[in-house]
Amino acid sequence: MTGRRDFLAGAAALALTIAPGVTLYPMAQAALTSGPASAKNRWGMLIDANRCKADCSACVGACGEENAIGPAHGPAIQAQWIRKVDLRHKGSGRKLSLPVMCQHCAEPPCADVCPTGASFKRADGIVLVDKHRCIGCRYCMLACPYKARSFVHETVTDQAPHAPRGKGTVESCTLCVHRVDAGGTPACVEACAGLGHGAIIFGDLNDPTSEISKRLAEYPSAAIRADLGLDPGVRYQGL
Amino acid sequence: MKNQQTFQIIGQASPRFYSLAAVAAGVLGLGLIAAWYMEYNGHWVTGMNNQVVWGLPHVFAVFLIVAASGVLNMASIGSVFGQAAYKPLARLSGLMAIALLLGGLAVLVLDLGRPDRLIIAMTSFNFRSIFAWNIFLYTGFIAIVALYLWLLMERRLMKWSGKAGLLAFVWRLVLTTGTGCIFGFLVAREAYNSAIMAPLFIAMSLAIGLAIFMLALAACYGREVALGGAMGRRMARLLTIFVAVVLYFTTLQHLTGLYGAGSYGIERFLLLEGGAITAMFWLLQVGAGGIVPLALLLWPLSRQRPPGWSLSAAVLVILGGLAQVYVIIIGGQSYPLNLFPGYEISSSFFDGAIASYGPSWPELVLGLGGIALAAMVVMLGLRILPILPTSIVEKAVDPPK
Amino acid sequence: MRAVLIMVAALFLISLGDGDTPACAGGLQPTVPKAKGGTCVRDAAFMRANHMNFLSHRRDASVREGRRALSEKLAGCLDCHAVAGSDGHAVGFDNPKHFCRACHDYAAVRIDCFECHNAKPGPLIRQSSASAGQAK
Repeated sequence: MTGRRDFLAGAAALALTIAPGVTLYPMAQAALTSGPASAKNRWGMLIDANRCKADCSACVGACGEENAIGPAHGPAIQAQWIRKVDLRHKGSGRKLSLPVMCQHCAEPPCADVCPTGASFKRADGIVLVDKHRCIGCRYCMLACPYKARSFVHETVTDQAPHAPRGKGTVESCTLCVHRVDAGGTPACVEACAGLGHGAIIFGDLNDPTSEISKRLAEYPSAAIRADLGLDPGVRYQGL
Repeated sequence: MKNQQTFQIIGQASPRFYSLAAVAAGVLGLGLIAAWYMEYNGHWVTGMNNQVVWGLPHVFAVFLIVAASGVLNMASIGSVFGQAAYKPLARLSGLMAIALLLGGLAVLVLDLGRPDRLIIAMTSFNFRSIFAWNIFLYTGFIAIVALYLWLLMERRLMKWSGKAGLLAFVWRLVLTTGTGCIFGFLVAREAYNSAIMAPLFIAMSLAIGLAIFMLALAACYGREVALGGAMGRRMARLLTIFVAVVLYFTTLQHLTGLYGAGSYGIERFLLLEGGAITAMFWLLQVGAGGIVPLALLLWPLSRQRPPGWSLSAAVLVILGGLAQVYVIIIGGQSYPLNLFPGYEISSSFFDGAIASYGPSWPELVLGLGGIALAAMVVMLGLRILPILPTSIVEKAVDPPK
Repeated sequence: MRAVLIMVAALFLISLGDGDTPACAGGLQPTVPKAKGGTCVRDAAFMRANHMNFLSHRRDASVREGRRALSEKLAGCLDCHAVAGSDGHAVGFDNPKHFCRACHDYAAVRIDCFECHNAKPGPLIRQSSASAGQAK
């Protein structure tokens, strides 16, 4: 038995065995309808507390309908991607009402703490939960300073095709990423505008000619818990 | 000629041993059923909700993990700090460390919303997350302690056990720091965001670990032998120091909170107005887990302490440690986030409200299942490996009986 | 050495087998419901062998990078591969007649796609037509 001949024969046989499995399949894709999301854009929202009516929760209803968020076994486990908060200043008694949702921070603590990287910030600033990777540990819910996240405590059926959600994963406001990628605006913004309140506007913070950038440049605005230095994409005026 | 320490296997043909193992297996089985029940139906069958997201399973899991790290301390005192009296106990200490960590990890993993995705957790990492680092710390701990145990038991390689012991010691300090930092790194929560969580957890691990070890020794050798002799006096003295250190860090944590006006709210909640949380803090954590054990361990200063007092102190320390973990985890989450300072806030999402949490049966059974798993691993180890020293009587100090 | 070569050659020949019929199981195969519509995004043989990689790649591209392809949406797959139940509507994943279950039940490979995704075809993304607040 000559060593070299046997080695070459064995190597050739091995290569022939593996070859059929290594198919260079056509990964040439269909034309993209959107994306990739790029850092050229930074999507954000501006909420004007002066225009938000205390007895109106159209934004909440629109979000629930858009994303097929159904009722749960009780308010403590009801998923809420956006909620209306009622404020009363302790000193002066002044009353305010405004919606709070995921603030889409530039430095999201939820993305920092997620062990699998399921909670992440997209290049264009939208903070999302990749449900394919989420293991349901809920650490991001502890980490979020805005209590923006919900955990799906029970089986979900009849999901909206553009908003998959399922038991055992964490979810939060997606800034209606499915609409944004198609060139639209979030459902809450649309609902508020539809009623004529216009308390929420949406736009590209990186575009100085967008309405949101112009308004931010003109009037003072604030971020919730600005002391944490998270640079949220959602800003508030009239606080 | 140096006295050779001998080790024994226990439990052969012992009805008591096997009936104990059967009980543990039964509890473990119930724990697995509880885990399946929670996973199949979803977490709505538990007391956890969108406000208190980590509940009783996490209390048990963190407790077991902290205990695992602390129980290894007994081996470290022998291998790293060279105290000859503790060297025979190193094997039991290592076995218990692995067992408790396995129990804690099992509870943690089985409570996940998607435990079927464990593979993803083991292959896809975000290295900014202390949680991801902890996955390596926990699995590495098991591997290192297993290596340490092997070196201890392999006569030819015993000279390397000191280095393995040092590695295990350093690793467990990092592990406990990492566990504390799970909470300490959270900027969002007023109860957590502090560097003191790490040394606090290390101190807790020392106290809880020693207390559990004392209980295990009493179970294996009887109360008199385990806690009545010179070994028992050493451990009682150590436990006193450890409990005092825990009280020190706890006091420091809350004193600092009470000093700044901004944190009056969280401190008032934890120390005064938290209902069940406040009761657990003062009665169980500080009282039963701190003051009473100190009294039991310090009181008869000059005379021989009855071993029953040491045993009671150990049990109370364990109870107090569990309560402390509960106050940290549940109490810390119950206090609302302060989104708009200076404003009263209310919403449909429980903003501004103290969250309510009631432990449920599936959570409790799952937690107990973790303890049962730890017990079974210890019993299995004792049954198949020479772990227990044949005698823990110190010949130089205690006269032979 | 010669025995090894023969075994390796045999493995190679088996792997070349007809992709449609499993070599073993005596020719028994799952009954795959016929899809409606024209051609699939890739041919059947490719899909049979690679749909899991294809889905994996596509989902990361869509979710994490925002690279969406309208013709390659999961909802698009469901549109063509929907199976009608006894009431004439598309069946969900709990029904064994579902397209994906035809093979996955046979192969005993559990999939969890439909824990989150709707298993029935549904309306496509509603395009926002409101001019107010339109993104620039």
